[in-house]
Amino acid sequence: MSAQEKVRPISGWSTLAFALDWNRPPRQQATSPFWFLASDQFRFQRTRADVYSTPLGNGALRGMHVADCNALAARLGWMPSYPTFDRNPLDLTREAAEAGMEAPAYVVERLKAQELRFAAEDPDAPENFPRVLTLWRANLLGSSSKGHEYFLRHVLGVEDAAVRNVEAEPDQRPTDVVWHDEAPTGKFDLFTTIDFRMNGSALYSDVVLPAATWYEKYDLSSTDLHPFVHSFNQAVPPPWEAKTDFDIFGRVAERFSELAVEHLGTRTDLVAAPLLHDTPDELAQPFGEVRDWKRGECEPVPGKTMPKLVPVERDYTAVYRKWRALGPLAEQLGSSAKGIPLKPTVEIDQLRAANGEIDGRPALTRDVHMCEAILALSGVTNGRLAVEGFKGLEQRTGTRLADIAEEHADVRITFGDTQVQPRKVLASPEWSGMESRERRYNPFTINVERNVPFRTLTGRQQLYVEHAWMLEYGEALPTYRPPLNVLGVVGTQLSGEEGRKELHVRWLSPHNKWSIHSEFQDNLHMLTLFRGGPVVWLSDVDAREIEIADNDWCEVFNRNGVIVARAVVSHRIPPGIGLMYHSQDRHVNVPLSEITETRGGTDNSVTRISLKPTHLIGGYAQLSYGFNYYGPTGTQRDEMVAVRKLLGKPVY
Amino acid sequence: MQVRAQIAMVMNLDKCIGCHTCSVTCKNVWTNRRGTEYMWFNDVETKPGVGYPKQWENQERWKGGWELKGGKLRLKAGGRLRKFATLFFNPELPTLDDYYEPWTYDYETLTTAPTSKHQPVAQPESQVTGRPLDLQWGPNWEDDLAGAPEHARLDPNLRDGVEEQVRLEYEKAFMFYLPRICEHCLNPSCVASCPSGAMYKRVEDGIVLVDQEQCRSWRMCVSGCPYKKVYFNWSTGKAEKCTLCYPRIEAGQPTICSETCVGKIRYLGVVLYDADRVQEAASVADEKDLLPAQLSLFLDPDDPEVREQARRDGIAEDWLDAARRSPVYALAVKHRVALPLHPEYRTLPMVWYVPPLSPVMSLVEGPGSEADPDDVFPAIDELRIPIEYLANMLTAGDPEPVRVSLRRLAAMRGWTREKNLGVDPDPALAAAVGMEPREIDAMFRLLAVAKYDERYVIPQTHGEIGLSPYARQGACGLDFEGGPGSCGALEKAKDPFGAEPLAAPGDGRGGGSNVAFLDFRKAT
Ligand code: SF4
Ligand code: SF4
Repeated sequence: MSAQEKVRPISGWSTLAFALDWNRPPRQQATSPFWFLASDQFRFQRTRADVYSTPLGNGALRGMHVADCNALAARLGWMPSYPTFDRNPLDLTREAAEAGMEAPAYVVERLKAQELRFAAEDPDAPENFPRVLTLWRANLLGSSSKGHEYFLRHVLGVEDAAVRNVEAEPDQRPTDVVWHDEAPTGKFDLFTTIDFRMNGSALYSDVVLPAATWYEKYDLSSTDLHPFVHSFNQAVPPPWEAKTDFDIFGRVAERFSELAVEHLGTRTDLVAAPLLHDTPDELAQPFGEVRDWKRGECEPVPGKTMPKLVPVERDYTAVYRKWRALGPLAEQLGSSAKGIPLKPTVEIDQLRAANGEIDGRPALTRDVHMCEAILALSGVTNGRLAVEGFKGLEQRTGTRLADIAEEHADVRITFGDTQVQPRKVLASPEWSGMESRERRYNPFTINVERNVPFRTLTGRQQLYVEHAWMLEYGEALPTYRPPLNVLGVVGTQLSGEEGRKELHVRWLSPHNKWSIHSEFQDNLHMLTLFRGGPVVWLSDVDAREIEIADNDWCEVFNRNGVIVARAVVSHRIPPGIGLMYHSQDRHVNVPLSEITETRGGTDNSVTRISLKPTHLIGGYAQLSYGFNYYGPTGTQRDEMVAVRKLLGKPVY
Repeated sequence: MQVRAQIAMVMNLDKCIGCHTCSVTCKNVWTNRRGTEYMWFNDVETKPGVGYPKQWENQERWKGGWELKGGKLRLKAGGRLRKFATLFFNPELPTLDDYYEPWTYDYETLTTAPTSKHQPVAQPESQVTGRPLDLQWGPNWEDDLAGAPEHARLDPNLRDGVEEQVRLEYEKAFMFYLPRICEHCLNPSCVASCPSGAMYKRVEDGIVLVDQEQCRSWRMCVSGCPYKKVYFNWSTGKAEKCTLCYPRIEAGQPTICSETCVGKIRYLGVVLYDADRVQEAASVADEKDLLPAQLSLFLDPDDPEVREQARRDGIAEDWLDAARRSPVYALAVKHRVALPLHPEYRTLPMVWYVPPLSPVMSLVEGPGSEADPDDVFPAIDELRIPIEYLANMLTAGDPEPVRVSLRRLAAMRGWTREKNLGVDPDPALAAAVGMEPREIDAMFRLLAVAKYDERYVIPQTHGEIGLSPYARQGACGLDFEGGPGSCGALEKAKDPFGAEPLAAPGDGRGGGSNVAFLDFRKAT
């Protein structure tokens, strides 16, 4: 299922995408903190978390490094953090069994005895490295890796990564998180990319699995930009060795299960799950107070003062068998849409009839089966489920709501329907709109017009957030924060080379005209329709000052890395700004840099992840983690760069 | 009066988002092959800018279109004599530098590069020479004012004082997009320029085409077209141009550029015109009179007399119906909001443009503007895009028709906003722009809410014209000469009922003085 920003059939999709029909909870990670540690960018964080505290604050962040904040967020269950412990959870459950204890109690005991640590507290210890990454149609390295060059160096061990930054001085380093004198490089053992282009990510991968394009497979698509669910259809079969995404994962699962007979068998896993949004977890740490069990400020209680610890039995030999059928938890537990359970009943038999059966369960042996199941298990495409969901919400709110969905109670959008034409989604408690035959989707209309409480502490639109960290930052109420004083911290970024005209500009990397996020646009036609490769826009005023003419090659650089691109000089850009539309991959028309003698980078080569501590807050009402919904952003755009003209001919 | 039907287009520049979807879909369908790499039958230019090919609007340089010499219309590039004198060297032919040198990339490297110190990269290489290419220009080099401080001054529309008004500064920046295809002119100078008679304007729908069999590579059409919308295929040695997607038009479908237009800015419809007066209209003395002259050619499809004459001239009833529903006629003639591109070239172009209003609406809709005509309209003359700039593009420099169009668009916005707010709009607002309330509503419907079937009103081509349906009986899609259908090419098929076979293009032309018409109906 492909989606831009918004997966409309969210409950069906998440049920299948995360195998919630077989096992819960899944491991889901917020990416910014993950890469902040994995690519060792935290080692280059030279400001402390309290540098932006208000003088009127409460000292909650005093003396903390941002990596310390992150470790705290992991240990208190605010944010997911994987790998969670410095030991394999399969070993932990075995040890617990040997000690005759329940795994959660065993882990709490070990933590208290300080014989077990959170991996986030020592990310550079080899046992805590992430080792294997599979990218599925996400151009991480060609586009979205914030702090790109740190990824190359520390995650992949690329020799000519262009980082020239200085690590934190001893007095700037974390106190809680362990500091290794030498930063590790090349943490990954295996890097696999599933894609249909030889892009920046595929170039650095150990294994590239060629994927089918949009016209070579069956799939579903939705977006926030319009209210329809679309189908993808196979116009031609995938060429050569290319496979559909569905087939790729299926084949990997099949082989994995075969190998698991010998290697893993059935084991008990232990998932450390964060305190979740839209669940009672939101009340786990009330009053916005921060109590750290590690400092003895409270007892470590899973699900209250620390992550939930959930044992999950995993039959690794059965992964493929489960892949091929809809699991029983689909109807036993249902799927949860914003805390409201949607329970399929008749849908299970309908899916049996539509897809056929495997071991008495609805089959998911083909991509179209998967599409069919997503549509059947989502309120936005299944009116009966939407009505049932609203009835559940009625019970909770004591107000009549089911009428919102009643007009389409009998509508059940099937994959065949979406093949005939895109289908408009239905109003469903999965979202907050009241779309109908007369009306388009608009967020929060259910809350405003039907008095359904907002999902906040007060149940209203809430501007005031009384959390210790928000108070410490003076942000308990919305407030203006000026751009960070980057140069004040890191000093000049100019090269200082004799006779070179250089200029500092603020770095902007907005959405590309022809693509967003990591979506590619660098095919021949689109490149022909502009300048044929990466470009940086500069104001004519700035360009004149450093003697750059339109279409000149230039270097954009700072301590994080260097970009080599053509300059586009325009009066459309205000002075003081360097603008590079994002997702311009570095595999097309990018020469070497004079400064670093390495290949010029992407728009993210000059950025670095810079976590904002307040984004890490969790376990507190609306500030509780939700997958792809709430968690820290990279805030990588508060950055300054230097620009200069590239002398001589570009060297590739 | 001789009534002819033309399929014409209107593009609403107020809504073009410059996405270039039109260019890409057109390229994929028509010019994605050897010899056509540099051709964009549809391109989208950022204005102000020099466009593609560079400065195509500068007819002092390219000598495209027509001019009036001693009261008579003649090709700007000169008459027959000069034509033959320059047959083997045509100084007005754009070179590859004026278009751009098409490139591709050494993609192979990405999969075959050996282990290396640096990440492999696909370098650009010329599609002409195959050698590495230092990119210096492209078909959309000026996208969103890229390089404008350097190039935009050379925009040929910055003349007659407009250049003084336009400041290329951040605070005063303006831009808009200009999507362009062949104009399928009523008085096409490309057709008149061709020494081989290979170019023709179809009688039944006005589409201008190149007969690939007849083309003798003279390239006079390339220089003769003032819009630079005929291209030379270096591989086949023939001229090629926008076909208005005639196979689709014949089936009642919009062109690919229109079908895929993301901004829904395009309209296609039938316009009836008086073929007897084409030359007269193209020959009016004052350039500023060309717009009224061309408008006077268009015949009112609701006029019973026109309909009667049209029937006599062989125009089918469904085409007359389509003409009455034509969005092009409505926008150009009824509402007067669409204007021709460079009427001064005297080719009587048939792709018209609604000028862009958006960049100024902040001004127009500023404090106190409300729906009060007194407040709305004076601002029109203080737009970011100077009216005179648009006039140089659309009305041979006459600001008045541009002003009328923009005022009507502004009034329509004020009018509709009132309605949306549940207020009864003041009829004085409509009256101030010379419109009835119901006309404003109709215009709003067409510009803002019209769906596919109202934006594209294209009657299908009558298959019985030119070839008796009996001749096609039993034919199949594989019936081309030497094809596996082996029924022989259609042209050769004999009609058992004795009608003449399909006239090969190039035969049976009508004897217009400037324009060679191919008329199937008269061929028999
Ligand atoms: S715009 Fe089209 S019809 Fe007009 S002169 Fe040029 S090629 Fe001919
Ligand atoms: S597709 Fe439409 S909106 Fe997009 S550039 Fe072309 S004409 Fe403009």
